[in-house]
Order: sequence, then C-alpha cells, then structure tokens
Amino acid sequence: MDSILPQLLTGLATASSLFLVASGLTIIFGVTRIVNFSHGSLMMLGAYIGWSILTRLPRDPEWFVLGVVATVLATALIGVLLEVVVLRRVYRAPELFQLLATFGVVLIIQDVTLWLWGAVELPLPRPRWLRGFVEIAGNRFPLYDLILIVTGPVVLGLLWLVMNRTRWGTLVRAATLDREMVAALGVDQRLLFTSVFALGAGLAGLGGALSLPNASANLNIDLSVITDAFVVVVVGGLGSLTGAFVASLLIGILQAFGIVLVPKITLVLVFLVMAVVLVFRPNGLMGRPQSEAREASVAAPVVRPAPPALQLLGAAALALAAVAPFFVGDYYVTVLTDACVAIIFATSLHFMMGPGGMASFGHAAWFGTGAYAAGLLLHWLGAPMPLGLLAAPVAAGIVAALFGWFVVRLSGVYLSMLTLAFAQIAWAVSFQWVDATGGDNGLLGVWPPDWARSPRTYYWIALVLSVGVALLLRRALYAPYGYALRAARDSAMRARSIGLDVARLRMVALVIAGAACGLGGAIFAYGKGGVFPTYISIPHSVEALLMVLLGGLQTVAGPIAGALVYTGLADILVRSTDLWRLVLGAVIVLLVVAFPEGIAGAARRLWLRGREA
Amino acid sequence: MSVLVVQGLSKSFGGVLAVADVSFAVAPGEMLALIGPNGAGKSTCFNMLGGQLPPDRGSVHLDGVAITGLGPRAIARHGVGRTFQITATFGSMTVRENVQMAILSHRREVWQFWRPVAGRHAEEADALLAQVGLGAQADRATGVLAYGDLKRLELAIALGNAPRLLLMDEPTAGMAPAERIGLMHLTRRLATERGVAVLFTEHDMDVVFDVSDRILVLNRGALIAEGDGPAIRANPAVREIYLGTGATSGGH
Repeated sequence: MDSILPQLLTGLATASSLFLVASGLTIIFGVTRIVNFSHGSLMMLGAYIGWSILTRLPRDPEWFVLGVVATVLATALIGVLLEVVVLRRVYRAPELFQLLATFGVVLIIQDVTLWLWGAVELPLPRPRWLRGFVEIAGNRFPLYDLILIVTGPVVLGLLWLVMNRTRWGTLVRAATLDREMVAALGVDQRLLFTSVFALGAGLAGLGGALSLPNASANLNIDLSVITDAFVVVVVGGLGSLTGAFVASLLIGILQAFGIVLVPKITLVLVFLVMAVVLVFRPNGLMGRPQSEAREASVAAPVVRPAPPALQLLGAAALALAAVAPFFVGDYYVTVLTDACVAIIFATSLHFMMGPGGMASFGHAAWFGTGAYAAGLLLHWLGAPMPLGLLAAPVAAGIVAALFGWFVVRLSGVYLSMLTLAFAQIAWAVSFQWVDATGGDNGLLGVWPPDWARSPRTYYWIALVLSVGVALLLRRALYAPYGYALRAARDSAMRARSIGLDVARLRMVALVIAGAACGLGGAIFAYGKGGVFPTYISIPHSVEALLMVLLGGLQTVAGPIAGALVYTGLADILVRSTDLWRLVLGAVIVLLVVAFPEGIAGAARRLWLRGREA
Repeated sequence: MSVLVVQGLSKSFGGVLAVADVSFAVAPGEMLALIGPNGAGKSTCFNMLGGQLPPDRGSVHLDGVAITGLGPRAIARHGVGRTFQITATFGSMTVRENVQMAILSHRREVWQFWRPVAGRHAEEADALLAQVGLGAQADRATGVLAYGDLKRLELAIALGNAPRLLLMDEPTAGMAPAERIGLMHLTRRLATERGVAVLFTEHDMDVVFDVSDRILVLNRGALIAEGDGPAIRANPAVREIYLGTGATSGGH
C-alpha cells in the first residue's frame, strides 16, 4: 500500500481547491439566500484572468503571489459588478428566479470568455521554483500540491478571523442567522450584500488562479466546478464555513482514493456520499434548519381554469400546429417536433415544481432514463418503437419512485440539490458504462419504423403524444389529487391536519412527472435517431427549468408557452449568431428582472387587472 | 361518555418537565379551556394531543380508541379537527375550494385523477361557509381575506373533516376584541349544534370565562385547578399565579 500517502496528499490538495470555491458559495448563500449558479463561472474567470496576468509577469515566487492577489481583486470587482447590475434586482424575486438569473449570467460569462480568450485551453507553464518536489516518507511529492494543502486551512483561518473578530464579520454571521432582524437594526443591507458578494467572488478567483499550475484555463471549468461546489456546500450544510471545510476534505479524499480503487464510478461514489449524508442529516453535516424566509412567503395566486379566450387561442394554435407540415419545410417540421418534446419536458417539470412545490435541478435524469430505456430495448432486444414508447415512461417512473423514496422528506434547496446530484449519477452511468450505453458515442440507429419515419408523420405522432400528456397532466391538476398536491405545497401543516398524506402525494407527483418526462425522452430519441449522455447533462436540466420559469409556475398554460418560446428563441439564436449563449443569457436576465412571475404569469396579471376582487 | 380522555400525560425536554402527569376529559358539545401563564405547558400539551410531539408517558383516547403518539395525519383521520395559532390555509385556492379540499379528504376521495374538483361537495362546503359567516366570500381568493375571516375559514376547514374533537390553539390571537367574542360564540354554537367537543387555549380571560363550560389551569406543567368559571375565579391557587400573592411586589 505505497500509494496511500500520495493519494491522501492529492486528496488534501483537491480538498483545498474545493474549499476555496465552496467557501465563497456558502458565504454568499448564507447572507443573500441566493444559490449562485454563476459561482463556477467566477472561478473560470479567475483562471483566465490569472493566466493573462501571470503569463505577463516575471516568473518569480513574489511576482506569482502578486499576480494571484491581483486576480483575486479583479474577480472580486467582477463580483461587485454582477451583484450591483443583476442580483440586487432579484433579491425579492422567488428563489428559483434568482437561480435562473444566475444561470443567465453563466451563459453570458461563457460567451464573453470565449470571445476574449478563445476556445483553446490555456495552460500556465509552471515556473522553475514551482516544479520542485518534496520527499515525504520515500515519496516524491510536488511542492505545489503542498502549497495548496496549506492554503485551504490558512484561508479557513483567515475567514474565521474575519467572521469572528471584525464588526463586518459579525454582521455577516448575524445576517446568515436572521436577515430581516439585521435590516431592522438599521444595517445597510446593500453594502453588506455587495461586500459579501465581493468576498465570495474573490475566493472563487483565488481558487481559479491557484488551479492554474495544475490544470489550465478552459471553458469547462464553470459547470464542472459548480457541481462539485454544490455537493460540498450541501454536504457541509448551507451557510456553514466549517461544514464546507469538512465536506471538502471528505469529498477531496474520497475522489483521490476513488480514482485508484473504483475509477469508473468515482462520480457516482461522490454523489452517493452526498445522498447518504442528506438522508441522515437533511441539513448537511453542520447546517441548521433553514428558517422560513418571512418576506418570501407571498401567497400564490388562486389557480383557476384558463378564461374562454385563452382556451380558444389554445385550440387555434393546436389546429395550426396540426396543419403546419403542409405549409413548412422539413427543417421546420423537425423544429416543431422538438417543440412537442419540449412541451412534455416542461409540463412534466411544472407538475412537480409548480403544484408539487418540488423544484428539480435534474429533470433531464428522467428524460435520459426514458431515452435510454427505449434505446437499450431496441439495441439489445430489437423492441419496436411502440414498445419503446411504452417502456420509457414505465422505466422513468420506476427510477423516479426509487429516487423519490428518500428525497420527498427533504425540503427546498436540499431537495433541488439532490435532484441535481441524482441527474449527475445518471449522467455518469450513461457516460462511463460504455459496454451497455456506448458511453460518449451514445446509442445509434434508434430510428422509428418505416411507417413513422417521414418527419411529417413523426411530427404528428409527437404532437398527439405531447398534447395528450399535457392534457392528462392538466386533468390531474384539476382533479382531487392535483388539489391535494397543491394543498400540501401551500401548507403542509394544514394538509396533514385534514388527513392528507403529504409525503405520498409528493412521491406520486415525482413518479408522474418522471414517467411523463421519460416519454418525452423516448420521443426525442426516436426523432434524433440516437441516445447520448448529453440528454442528461446539467445544461439540459436547466433548459427545462428555463422553459417552466419563463412561462411561469402559476398557470397550467405557462410551461407550454415557455417551451414554445424557448424552442423558438434557441432555434433563432443558434442559427443567427455565434454568440447565442450571450444573447440567451441576457434575455433570461432581462426577463427575470422585468417579469419575476414569468411570461404567462405577467400576461395573466395584465388580463386579470381590474377583474379579480 | 367523554370524547377525549387524557391520562397521566407527561413530557420533558432535557431535564425540564414541561407537562407532568396531566389528566382530563372532554364531553361532546363541551367547551374546555386550557389556560395558564406563559411556559405552563399549554402548547406542549396541545402538540401531544395533535400529534406534533410524542408523549413520554400517559395515554390519549378518542372515543375509547388509543391515539397516543400517532402522527398529525393519523390523528386527523381519527376525527380531530384543528386550528392553528397562526392561520394555515391553502393560499392558492378560493375560500370554497379550501373547504372542498377538507371534505374530499374526509370522504377519502383524494386519490382521484380524472373528475375535476369544481362543483364537488360544493353545496356542503357552502353550507359550512354560511355557518361560519363566510357565505358571501366563497369565490374569493384566500389570500385577500381579512385575518378574522381567515380564522373563520380555518374553523370551516376543520369542520369539513366532521370532527368529534376540535383542538383550537389560541383561536383569537391577533384579532380585535369584538371579533374575538364573535368567533368564540360561533364556535360555542357549532359545538352545541354538532356535539363537537372543543379544547382550546386562550390568553383573553374575557373570552375564556364567557364561552367555556369548564376551565383547566396549568402551571409549570401540572394541572393545578379544574372547574367552571366562578370556581376558577374563586380558586386561590389560580389567583396566586395570575395576580401574585402581593408578597413579592411590595403589597400593592
């Protein structure tokens, strides 16, 4: 077992890097209650800015330190800019819209980075003084990793000093415990939030700059880092610095040994640890139960059936959709098929998220499960399409039930984070289990039978299925079950006191949403002729969130409108500009700032203006 | 025969005995008030009856059936209705739908996915709403109701479950004095008409002495007095904890 010590030290170095990012994320969450999706992007910017500065400086230790400090300051400044321009405007918006806004920022930063630094990875050649090795117990160990190992605890110590020995730190801790009370005491919240954001961003920048000598500045940092950071923060307990440190150690060491012992399922291992921790300690290792945010508890508006005018509009749109293939070319028929899939994707997420109150960051997991169920059945058993379309929702529903068994007890952000974790497990399995799933190459040749092969016929099949799913889901929402589900969301306490089984209601919502989404995945797979791990990727999950939130949670028509707008917008953008992420991100941010209740919600408000007592 | 029989109920937190060996019973149609100074154990007692807290010792029987230590949902299923100190209603539904939901749950019609809720048990819901004086507001959004009306709605929801026992935790907290009397007289009338046993905690002594048939007084977790209004008023132990003996405050 010669490899134990080196692996341990590698693990500790990883832990330090993780902690740098996670600490910023957890501090920002603690004070502002914003789950900052763009935190990984800040680290990525830190890496790029660090590269630009460090490659221009002399290659001596003191200049290296100076360059890192300059990077931290620059990233902190970008954080301030971000807070002032975007986040300050959405503090009052619902939690999920804040998340959406920060994801818009992720997209913007992606394209800005690509535009400024190009698509090529930028490695930082290690200066000579950093190439040294230290001999520990007969093993040569890179000097730089030792520096990293020390950095983590040093930063933790400095943060502890700031938090416990300065007035500012006291305010931050107080705001983490009770934001309203701090405001009531006359503390300038704007300044506090901005400075907290600056600190968090600076820490991310530090993480980015320090990651350079071991890795490189590249465009994949943002999403891979944010996943790891989420895991660390959730395992440690949201808002807890010490928790984040302990969790970083746990995850870092686990990763280091996992790679040696079970290389194929390291990612799965990490997420399993997170799941186990959350089952036994639903608030993380050192987290405390979140107090209900008083200001956010604005009552949801009453859900009523759509007014006749809107139903008429829907019927007209459906009629138009049915005859559309006679007027448009094959390309647009394909786009319309995608729109049908998007409608299933969005309405199924809305089902669990709107009336069910369970926001999912990993809805693509069910989509992918359905797609792989259909693909694998065809690939291994030669099952025809109708069977695949039947098996997909069943498989996705069963997986959703297994997953739901232990998440329905969790609440709020933790539940959302676990959905993300689960989606990552599903992704890892599809990606790493090459023998069964074809890995990155996917499963090819998943085509519909000849009678359904023309884009037009396939579009009609997709249209019938998606309209059917949307109508069935709507039906369930207006039936006693849907009301009970909504009752459990509105007030779990009241729901229980009239005899409703809250956990079971949620569980069934999860299964229904999963099954419906799985069908969507299968339709998509046959439409594209293949199944790939990207179906389960984080950006795909976020697409579903975008559709639902763009459309608005409060109406049944919302997710449909959101799915159509999103599909149209994405199609136009992808074809018309290389900077589509930038435009899409900017549109998202603008929409969230302008319409915190979504498109359909805003339309509904305008429609109801003066009509509702 | 009593609806609710509580025997030897006890609960401690750490080393603190919050409720010590409390026993009492409530008869159908009876209004029983549970009073006592802050920290007397009223809430702990209530939470054990409602299923939010498991008791350490003792038993709770509802119509002769043991419901000791069951969860809130199971207790609701046994026929216990409940109103909360801070109102809890379904904000995304209309006033009528709130009551329909309770009736649907009571009739075991929740697990239906096809037939819409609209119109189901609407007459029964409207009748309940009329009884609590909310008949004219049935179509309004719950979120726009005045606080006093929300309390009435909670009462209607609780009644939708056709309870034999109603647990009301500080039913008049946050209401204007005139409204308080109105709500409690309403409760009194409903209790008598429907033969529902009512157990409530209350800080407003005017309300307590006005509407209750019997009063239980808790102090430091123990039951120190039990009786009707005049008896409790005259009870020296009760006078002592509520007014003080005068010995410690300089005799005025």
